[in-house]
Amino acid sequence: MAKVLTINYEKCTGCRLCELVCSVQHTGASNPTRANIHIVKWEAEGFYLPIFCQHCIDAPCMSVCPQKAISRDKEMNRVKIDYEKCIGCRACVAACPFGAAGFDHVEKKVIKCDMCDGDPLCVEFCEVKAVDYVEESTLNLKKMREAAGNFAHLVQKAHGR
Amino acid sequence: MALNRKIAYIDLSTDTIETKPIPIEIRKKFLGGRGLDAYLLYNHTKKGCDPLGPGNTLMISGGILTATCASATARTHVMAKSPLTGLIGSANMGGFFAPELAWAGFHHLVVKGKAEKPVYLWIHDGEIEIRDASALWGKTVTETQWAIREELNDEEIKSLVIGPAGENLVRFANVMTGIKNSGGRSGMGAVMGSKNLKAVAVRGTMDVKIAHSTEALDYNKRFIDQIVSSKVNRTQGILGTPFIWGATNSWGGIRTRNFQYNQCEYADDIEPERLDEIAEETMGPYHMVSCFGCQVHCRAQYKIPSGPYAGKYDEGPEYTSQGAFGGEPDCTNAVTVLTGNHLVDQYGMDNLETGSLISWAMELYELGIITKKETDGLDLRFGSDDALLEMIHRICFRKGWLGDTLADGGIQASEKIGKNSFDYLIQVKGMSNLHSDERGTPALALNIATASRGSDHLRSRPAIDLYHLPEEVLRKIYGSPVPYDGPLSSEHTSYVGKAWMVFWQENCYMGVDCLGICKYHTVFLGATHPNFEDWPKVIYYNTGLEMTPKEIWEIAERCNNIEKLFNLREGFQRDDPKKGDVLNHRYFDEPCTRGAPDVIGSKIDREKFKKMIDEYYEHHGWDENGVPTPGTLKRLGLDKEPSHLL
Repeated sequence: MAKVLTINYEKCTGCRLCELVCSVQHTGASNPTRANIHIVKWEAEGFYLPIFCQHCIDAPCMSVCPQKAISRDKEMNRVKIDYEKCIGCRACVAACPFGAAGFDHVEKKVIKCDMCDGDPLCVEFCEVKAVDYVEESTLNLKKMREAAGNFAHLVQKAHGR
Repeated sequence: MALNRKIAYIDLSTDTIETKPIPIEIRKKFLGGRGLDAYLLYNHTKKGCDPLGPGNTLMISGGILTATCASATARTHVMAKSPLTGLIGSANMGGFFAPELAWAGFHHLVVKGKAEKPVYLWIHDGEIEIRDASALWGKTVTETQWAIREELNDEEIKSLVIGPAGENLVRFANVMTGIKNSGGRSGMGAVMGSKNLKAVAVRGTMDVKIAHSTEALDYNKRFIDQIVSSKVNRTQGILGTPFIWGATNSWGGIRTRNFQYNQCEYADDIEPERLDEIAEETMGPYHMVSCFGCQVHCRAQYKIPSGPYAGKYDEGPEYTSQGAFGGEPDCTNAVTVLTGNHLVDQYGMDNLETGSLISWAMELYELGIITKKETDGLDLRFGSDDALLEMIHRICFRKGWLGDTLADGGIQASEKIGKNSFDYLIQVKGMSNLHSDERGTPALALNIATASRGSDHLRSRPAIDLYHLPEEVLRKIYGSPVPYDGPLSSEHTSYVGKAWMVFWQENCYMGVDCLGICKYHTVFLGATHPNFEDWPKVIYYNTGLEMTPKEIWEIAERCNNIEKLFNLREGFQRDDPKKGDVLNHRYFDEPCTRGAPDVIGSKIDREKFKKMIDEYYEHHGWDENGVPTPGTLKRLGLDKEPSHLL
């Protein structure tokens, strides 16, 4: 059994508490520009989307790293940076299709979500669970039930129940 | 560190900018936010200055906890002498501006003088520039913010702006940020407009170092759990502040048709559940959003469902818009409330003041005190949705005799209209009352009568007085951090002990405003919420500053007293109906006619109310005229003000 971070974007209230606690946890400072999660906003339309490393199975950051400093940590089910090997070339930042690998402008190093070693703080603080940490085998079950619910409603109606 | 955020002095007349650290001794006396702003206002303005002249000084600030790992540190405070009341002007708003200001290196901005042409401030990582705003002048609240982002090519910029109302010097124009976060009441937007200051744009990437980060995270989580587990905040997270309006209206505490009734009948279409339905229909099931770092998510998103503004996106409405564009003018149509809310958000104008003044004018029109001559042909009757919306435009653009007259606020308008129009103006110190009707609740009436910025529920309202909590619970809340063994009553119709509750809440809300956190995270609607006893730990973990609950209480007292000193300097007199602690005569003369049995027939008792004010002054250490005694000033270290320490 392995867990993954998941986004329920429609539930995000845009408060950015995840950015705050992530930066405090990882740097000891409140500074969203150094956080590993960001709420990207389209304020004029009222739409917010949490963005962070998706720990891809075939991760482009891993492929482009010239030092092989990025690898899959099977135990944690995550993509991990080995800072002993990392030379800070930022190839991973360029390669990430989500823009989720970033550069810490204070400590001068590339950064991305490390899943807080299996206890992600953003999830703990997100009361509405716009970000969640769930078993990958059950990832789609909630959505499936919701979709099935709509369908079931129609079927029941057709049968006059 | 939060404590190394700076103060910047910006003189728009001379184009000079100076930045300074904020000494720790000042922090220990005034903390930050509203309290320090009040000190700065008293020290940086001269007695009798023209609120719309270059001599007025505008303060913009975050609190001492802004952007730290405390809960809901989103609040921005703005202060200046008010062009609406001539007394202390103060506005407080949520959103994302103050944290960004802190990440840009500042906690306090002091803006002086007047620019020759429209300008805006661009503040980024310790740097401040004064930039040309000619292209922004005339733009609405959101247009201005998006244009600044485009000009500076950064989508993350947060701006405080004025809309057309501030440019047109409407004396109750707001300072705004985001879609609808409003620095409302007392006309701070007009002060910005008078300085030709269209906006303050900020962007910061600087660390706010947390003194004890592990403990700060743990404590923040505890706070959040405590707050979101309370029923009141859960309800707020579903229905927003409109739930308060709904509950109050069914009980009989909503002023209707200006002040003719205390309950809005046939209000189904503007009840919170209906507004929630519209939000869901137009924005989907998850339509509640938050300010920075807050888990209460009390702000709804909506699109106007029909009418000339159909499809326009906005946020809210808060209960103030429900009252101001619903109950008070008796316009019980959701589309009207949502449209009115959208107009004032885009114009940058105080919803509460706008709706109250229009409702007052409606009563004057129905009484024949004003006629179609003054309204330029408009049939300004209660319940006329079109007339209400038309008047919002006219006030913002000072169009027509009445629009221009109301834009100067109630007191000036009543002097221009003459006759007995003032008798119908529901105000204290020149600022309109909230839509709530306090005739059945003496404690709440005392709160609005004595609030420093004019009639206001967010200065000292003991809202939990309505919960009928057992006396021992009240004693636990109101008996610390300083002991109180006088009388207290659980009965909301009583006058007993309410003066202490108002005094306590006044210090509590001042504390909150100095910390820069939201009032929903303290004893306001939730009786069990964090307050003085909990704050020392939050301050210590986040900033490293050590303080006791009593010291924070004393700071709050000091800050409230400096606001009082400012008001005294600008002409406060206890019994002055225009600048004093005086309620409209209708509170005493006209009993409630609608609502629950305990409300019908209730009105405020003149003698008891006077005694309650005396008692309230005594708790403050003020004499019978509401003037701090020399002993009080000395105790609080205010006997040598202005002291010009910062």
